[in-house]
Amino acid sequence: MGDSMTDPGIMTHRIFIPRDVAALAVGADEVVAAVQAQAAALGAPVAIVRTGSRGMFWLEPMVEVETPQGRVAYGPVQAQDVPGLFAAGWLTGAVHPLRVGRPEEHPFLARQTRLTFARCGIVDPLSVADYKANGGYRGLAKAIEIGGAATVEAVTKSGLRGRGGAGFPTGIKWKTVRDAQADQKYIVCNADEGDSGTFADRMILEGDPFCLIEGMTIAGLAVGATRGYIYSRSEYPHANATMGKALEIARASGLLGRNILGSDVEFHLELRVGAGAYVCGEETALLESLEGKRGVVRAKPPLPALKGLFGRPTVVNNLLSLATIPVILDLGAQHYADFGMGRSRGTMPIQLAGNVLHGGLFETAFGLTLGEIVMEIGGGTASRRPVRAVQAGGPLGAYLPPSQFDTLYDYEAFAARDALIGHGGLVVFDDTVDMAHMARFAMEFCAEESCGKCTPCRIGSTRGAEVVDRILAGRDVAANIALLEDLCNTMKFGSLCALGGFTPYPVLSAIRHFPEDFHTRDSRRRHLPAAAE
Amino acid sequence: MTSATTHTAWDREKAAEVIAAHRNLEGPALPILHALQEAFGHVPQDAVPLLADALNLSRADVHGIVSFYHDFREAPAGRHVVKVCRAEACQSMGGHALAEGLLRRLGLEWGGTTADGQVTIEPVYCLGLCASAPAALIDGRPLGRLTRERLDAAVNEARADWATA
Repeated sequence: MGDSMTDPGIMTHRIFIPRDVAALAVGADEVVAAVQAQAAALGAPVAIVRTGSRGMFWLEPMVEVETPQGRVAYGPVQAQDVPGLFAAGWLTGAVHPLRVGRPEEHPFLARQTRLTFARCGIVDPLSVADYKANGGYRGLAKAIEIGGAATVEAVTKSGLRGRGGAGFPTGIKWKTVRDAQADQKYIVCNADEGDSGTFADRMILEGDPFCLIEGMTIAGLAVGATRGYIYSRSEYPHANATMGKALEIARASGLLGRNILGSDVEFHLELRVGAGAYVCGEETALLESLEGKRGVVRAKPPLPALKGLFGRPTVVNNLLSLATIPVILDLGAQHYADFGMGRSRGTMPIQLAGNVLHGGLFETAFGLTLGEIVMEIGGGTASRRPVRAVQAGGPLGAYLPPSQFDTLYDYEAFAARDALIGHGGLVVFDDTVDMAHMARFAMEFCAEESCGKCTPCRIGSTRGAEVVDRILAGRDVAANIALLEDLCNTMKFGSLCALGGFTPYPVLSAIRHFPEDFHTRDSRRRHLPAAAE
Repeated sequence: MTSATTHTAWDREKAAEVIAAHRNLEGPALPILHALQEAFGHVPQDAVPLLADALNLSRADVHGIVSFYHDFREAPAGRHVVKVCRAEACQSMGGHALAEGLLRRLGLEWGGTTADGQVTIEPVYCLGLCASAPAALIDGRPLGRLTRERLDAAVNEARADWATA
């Protein structure tokens, strides 16, 4: 298309507009309609490509225009901005107040190491050609070449640990399943991303679904499993629609089924959608739910690796773990392991959320400090008030105060501070937050979502919410705080799974780091945001 | 996905069809329940014995499954369903006050439906819009960076489409 590139009258301009739900939620579809209308009015030939999101959500809808100098971004674009952008000459990357510039040069992206998210926001998520042109299916080709045993070996050597929160070494789990004997084995992807403050799974489902399909196929090859399930959430209708289409395309393109990539690899993959139960993010409850039962937690052992779905050996991995497999096989285990620190190898897709100025997805090697992530990368609060607390790792994660911003982002460093990385979410709160209210919410959420199997979780959470209510009312505050701490210890050590076992983390961390919100209830009500009064 | 929901009344044959279409899956219960709710707007009591029969379970087992999951309704919702996120990230951006205000203006509790049968307000715990908070889903349409004005406008728009239909 050499000559046409120099003649804007002939060249069709490709315009990339995200279909990620975070872009749709702030008007991306309206921008698409406005671009189409304005292009038609001007007679400018444009082709709109719907992509995933780059993960800079404060700039969404972020529109990228293909120019001879590469893709140039503008954002946040609203429908009414579109005529002005055309008039300013955005098709050639011209200056405009909304011009972001080349996305990869934006400091938020330039500081990242994108391995798992290398394609997200760049490619058309439903184009196999796009996927393959950007490194897709090189990992599976490698796995086919080296075979299952060497593939498991590579995953072990990469140091990859479960990205769902438990941090268990993925390669060791795979080896257990590979060594098990059974007529049928399964690969199950845990995409039940229920933690508030997390959206990385959703971004892959919406922005790079073939990456997950490839990762699960590699897992199947590695352990000898021919069937797989993706367990997603009903709260993610758009992600499920995109993933469902990607699965259809993969089946029609010979990327699922028999003789994948012309090899003897066979893998069948289905999408299943949960029904609003948070506890189904726990791997054994998830398996129960997939089997069509109540999502009640199973006691371990037996491990799912030996007796998992329908009693067969099963790999249950988080979506992010599975979506990271292709790049590990493609670029090599050592390449991946060279990132990170200590026993936390590789990169983590950190999700900056809540009251944060620059919220979004930040994939980086382990080892930054919490303060660097929240203050430098996130830019502090969106409300421009002081940061008071950061909840790390979802509703079961600890609240950390700014005095702990020196904590390194690493599984062990967080554990040493009674905190957890979890699925990589960080929710920022400003100084209007009432931490006793947040402690109550943690108990209330656990009570609402408990599967009911074990007493510390089922009953403890309800009693916990009642005790916090008494503290909130200023009744026998010191005695009730002692009671709450005692109850938390019972839940922590007596619960069957992480729901009851980790709900104490947000509660105890709130009491420890923000005692003034609990002890002074009887004398004054502090920190209530004006809007709540 | 963005329009109001329309459902058919109870129809035994239709329910049997829905069940038959999925019963050969591995672990068919959730796909069947989702499909029944898609067809009827809720999981009708009359469907429980049919499902029990198809899956070789007791009625009590099926009731246990249906009632375990928040998504499955025992009665149809209003014509429009507004799911407002109550989780921490949305709370950090004023989601609590936003939701309470909406409920107060509509005179509803969580899960309630307006007297005209138009709008049901339901809680949801995380839509994955945590960097675009506060967030909601109206008949499947996502809304982020919500203000009281934007939320009211979206709810009123959903109600008005019926008035003018």
